[in-house]
Amino acid sequence: MNLSLYLWQRGTAALMAPMVIVHLVVIFYAARHGLTAADILGRVRGSLGWGSFYALFVAAASIHAGIGIRNVLSEWSPLAERTAGIAAAAFALVLFGLGLRAVAAVTLP
Amino acid sequence: MTVSVARTARRLDHRKDALWLAALVHRLSGLALAVFLPLHFLTLGLAIDSEARLEGFLRWSDAPVVKLAEGGLVFLLAVHLLGGLRLLAVENLAWHDGQKRLAVIAGVAAAVAAVAYLAVVL
Amino acid sequence: MAGVPTEVQAEPKPSELKVSLWRGTDEGRYQDYAVPQRQNQTVLDVVTYVQRHLDPTLAYRFACRVGMCGSCAMTVNGRPRWTCRTHVAKVAADGRLEIGPLENLPVVKDLATDMSRFFEHWQQAKGTFAPTKTRDDPIEPIRPDSAMRIAASAAIECINCGVCYAACDTVRWNPDYLGPAALNRAWTLVNDCRDGAVPERLQAVAARGGCHACHTHQSCQAHCPTALNPTASIAGLKRRTVQAWLTGEITR
Repeated sequence: MNLSLYLWQRGTAALMAPMVIVHLVVIFYAARHGLTAADILGRVRGSLGWGSFYALFVAAASIHAGIGIRNVLSEWSPLAERTAGIAAAAFALVLFGLGLRAVAAVTLP
Repeated sequence: MTVSVARTARRLDHRKDALWLAALVHRLSGLALAVFLPLHFLTLGLAIDSEARLEGFLRWSDAPVVKLAEGGLVFLLAVHLLGGLRLLAVENLAWHDGQKRLAVIAGVAAAVAAVAYLAVVL
Repeated sequence: MAGVPTEVQAEPKPSELKVSLWRGTDEGRYQDYAVPQRQNQTVLDVVTYVQRHLDPTLAYRFACRVGMCGSCAMTVNGRPRWTCRTHVAKVAADGRLEIGPLENLPVVKDLATDMSRFFEHWQQAKGTFAPTKTRDDPIEPIRPDSAMRIAASAAIECINCGVCYAACDTVRWNPDYLGPAALNRAWTLVNDCRDGAVPERLQAVAARGGCHACHTHQSCQAHCPTALNPTASIAGLKRRTVQAWLTGEITR
């Protein structure tokens, strides 16, 4: 871990703190009202607001998880730090790709 | 004469300390969330095919055992958030004694959130 | 006469301590000894008893035996401690002691470790004072209540005993990590207005294995026998290095 990774890690964490709270509220709301797929999609399809919110959330989460995985791999696995960095970056990219696809699936009209 | 292979035959004792456990829980919850996220994204991606596919999944996930697992996920997310906030506080705010108590409270709060979720869905 | 304490028991109580001591180098085994239990006894007393009466081949370190030098640090029942300041009654409630060398350092023999890496990390963190004045210059006036001096004074009493280094799991898991003691010392110097090497020091602690590798487990702060707080010092370094990077004083 160096200064650069540290800033990205803490920065995305600070950005996501309020986003996680919003997401938890959304989860509780959907559960409380027993929303079906149709209900959920009906509310978020075509919404620029929800689309941007979750796209940003996905981007931040991918970076944050990537750096976290990098730390865990370099400290807890036999991988060398460089290899751990490559593996973590690959994971972050996969997460980002799948995440954007999911956001598109749910919010694009 | 006892024979021992490991240098630290007795488990390292500091691994029972509240703040060390808080750090471990933070790391393990992050790992678990990282494993869960791709699955979560793939599930939501089902909506691309059709709303019916996503609905089919949502019905499957009505089963109580799945709801219990979801409660677990709510716990993981809440505990990871609170642990992260603790870290940001230690690193950026003035030093505060009494963090052990706060760490325990955070753990309990996350558990409460998970139980509240389960109370709503079960 | 009332109020005068009776003499401390010189003869051992009938009970004995069951003491397991690490014998060997990085590979080896724990060997058991029976040591007479006394009313007032430190762990260092126990180790010394073994070496003097039971097994002269035992290797261990101590010097001042009064909690000033830090030489006698060992792992006692799973925690790094100063053995001269650890009363047996406090840690061996069931009459059993397991004593090993400090963790995270290679073993020279038995209970003595090779502390070279600890001191190399100290140097890497630029933990040495860089003077800027000569004897012909006036003495720098430092107010004891200035924020910088308060921060430095809070961390300055480190005697390099290695207990924090042995307690730290990040040291255990990350061979590049400079460790709490080295970073704590760097923090005191960063707060010393007389020091002339602050940018280089900040660059050193912002490198790989520096302060940003710390995960705030706080084992260092929990175990420091001098009640220092390397966690807080490292948090200070994290803030200070970010500041220095933002102002261009150091590069990423």
